[in-house]
Amino acid sequence: MKSSLKLTAAAAVLLSLGACASKPKPVVDTTPVEVVDTTPTVTEPVETETVAPVATGPAAGSLEDFRVNVGERVYYDLDSYRLDADDQEILKRQAAWLSSYPGVRILVAGNCDERGTREYNLALGERRASVVKDYLISLGVDPSRIDTISYGKERPIAAGSDEQSWALNRNGFTQIVSGTNS
Amino acid sequence: MKRILTALATAFLLATGLALPSAAQLQVRVTEGNFTPVPLAIPDFQISGTDAAMAKQISDVVRADLSSTGLFEMQNPSSFIQKDLAIDVQPRFADWKIINTDGLVVGAYEELPDGKIAVSFRLWDVYAGEVMRINGQPGRRLTTTPDNWRRIAHKIADSIYTRLTGEDPYFDTRIVYIAETGPKLARVKRLAIMDSDGANQQYLTPGRNTVLTPRFSPSAQEITYMSYEGGKPRIYLFNIETGRQELLGNFPGMTFAPRFSRDGESVLLTQAQRGNSDIYIMNLRTRESRRLTDHPAIDTSPSMSPDGKSIAFTSDRGGSPQIYVMNVDGSPRTCPSGGRDSACRITFGRGNYSTPVWSPRGDLVAFTKQAGGKFYIGVIGTDGKGERLLTEAYLDEGPDWSPNGRVIVYFRESRPGDGPQLMSVDLSGRNERRLPTQTDASDPAWSPILQ
Repeated sequence: MKSSLKLTAAAAVLLSLGACASKPKPVVDTTPVEVVDTTPTVTEPVETETVAPVATGPAAGSLEDFRVNVGERVYYDLDSYRLDADDQEILKRQAAWLSSYPGVRILVAGNCDERGTREYNLALGERRASVVKDYLISLGVDPSRIDTISYGKERPIAAGSDEQSWALNRNGFTQIVSGTNS
Repeated sequence: MKRILTALATAFLLATGLALPSAAQLQVRVTEGNFTPVPLAIPDFQISGTDAAMAKQISDVVRADLSSTGLFEMQNPSSFIQKDLAIDVQPRFADWKIINTDGLVVGAYEELPDGKIAVSFRLWDVYAGEVMRINGQPGRRLTTTPDNWRRIAHKIADSIYTRLTGEDPYFDTRIVYIAETGPKLARVKRLAIMDSDGANQQYLTPGRNTVLTPRFSPSAQEITYMSYEGGKPRIYLFNIETGRQELLGNFPGMTFAPRFSRDGESVLLTQAQRGNSDIYIMNLRTRESRRLTDHPAIDTSPSMSPDGKSIAFTSDRGGSPQIYVMNVDGSPRTCPSGGRDSACRITFGRGNYSTPVWSPRGDLVAFTKQAGGKFYIGVIGTDGKGERLLTEAYLDEGPDWSPNGRVIVYFRESRPGDGPQLMSVDLSGRNERRLPTQTDASDPAWSPILQ
């Protein structure tokens, strides 16, 4: 009962704020008004919930660890397969991570934006994947742990048709295929 | 009797001064600059049998085919004066002249005792006042099973088109393409096939693996294409009749961009290994392959000349994707830019050029050009001369030729975010049309004329 009162009050505040605002007002959230608590009143015991301690991050050596703490993609300029300093940093972290987890095998995919023709992009994607593979090998990763594939323009990660999306879609994607515990 | 009628008609025409010299026989010149479509009348075919709907549909398909060329203007049936046409009787030319019809097609549909159907037609030159003979005959009669009626209609349209334009036929053909469904980030791509007018659409692969760039064999029985089956991008052969799919070759690297040689005995393809794409030719019988290019740049998208001696391909050896030609035997050529080289660049305009496809007539290469944020379909002489852009859009890509070399099919995304659609355009740049498909569609390839 108390909670429903509270919500009603909150709704009233929201409504009044809405009324005062000079900017568009239709965006008033009206849902709280509908929250009339129909459950039987106070007597039921409340179950205790355990709150876990705040997670410190993905488990070391997990897919999530690789994704979040290492970085799984490098990004290319238009029509280019050159690795810039940022890309090299990411690949150095990938190489270091791979040396910590020697059982891991990876597939490097080369991707292109949609502003090229299909077959040329398949070739360009293969070249992009190969450049990542070569760089990782130069950093000491065993070549037998790395496969490459080109998706050309077939696997965009950003759906837009604009410069920003195209920049995201021109990438080399290091995917862990086996050897992790998660 | 017929001869007398003809003689009488001719005499009448001569007497009234209406007859044109026989040299002025109805002929459509498809290459003329300012083109006015030629008026044709194709009344619904007469019927002897019960299935009036089929007779009507056959006439409809013949009209639709001819009208799709942009070369003919179909006369409105409500303007027709003569209603008593008969396949074996000369029409009253005066009735057709008065509505300014140049050509008249009279057809007849019959149901035969054995369950088959027969369709006959005659093509009349209204102003010359005579029948236009086709392969020496005063008309044609075609029979088939009823379920095959569309092919008869296409063959009739082909006969009329060929007789009037002097061009080889192309309606009785099929188009293979990639049917696309689903959201942009999880696209499902299936191999699909349809008749040249978009009828009889069928899916050939289930869509579990992405498939790309199908191309017909010269026999129209097989398709070569690229598939990600098993997570490996490689080229396959697909038999249309049996539905059997077969991996082509045993290459260590990715194989893509397949295309049959003109004799159908080999497949041209690209293999990418360690970041480098080069072109190979594989004999389908011996399965032996030979490397055609050996260059650290990207070489891909090979297409063979009709004489089998040369290929056109895309290469970025000059710093950007451009079109090159080379001899299949690797011998040096005299290049348009002067000098002799094993591969000659033929595109020098602003922008990138790719997807070359050698025309069936041998004189032109169709391409995709990308410049200034736009894509274009164009053609260029194999000597690098006479570049012409035929289309322009946000994305126009992947041309292929009708078997007679008159029409180019390609795919288009009209605006950013639009799904791809199949389009066709006449070699003159006129008559840009959308080809109807049930889903979004890309990578069209035209079959040879069916046997």
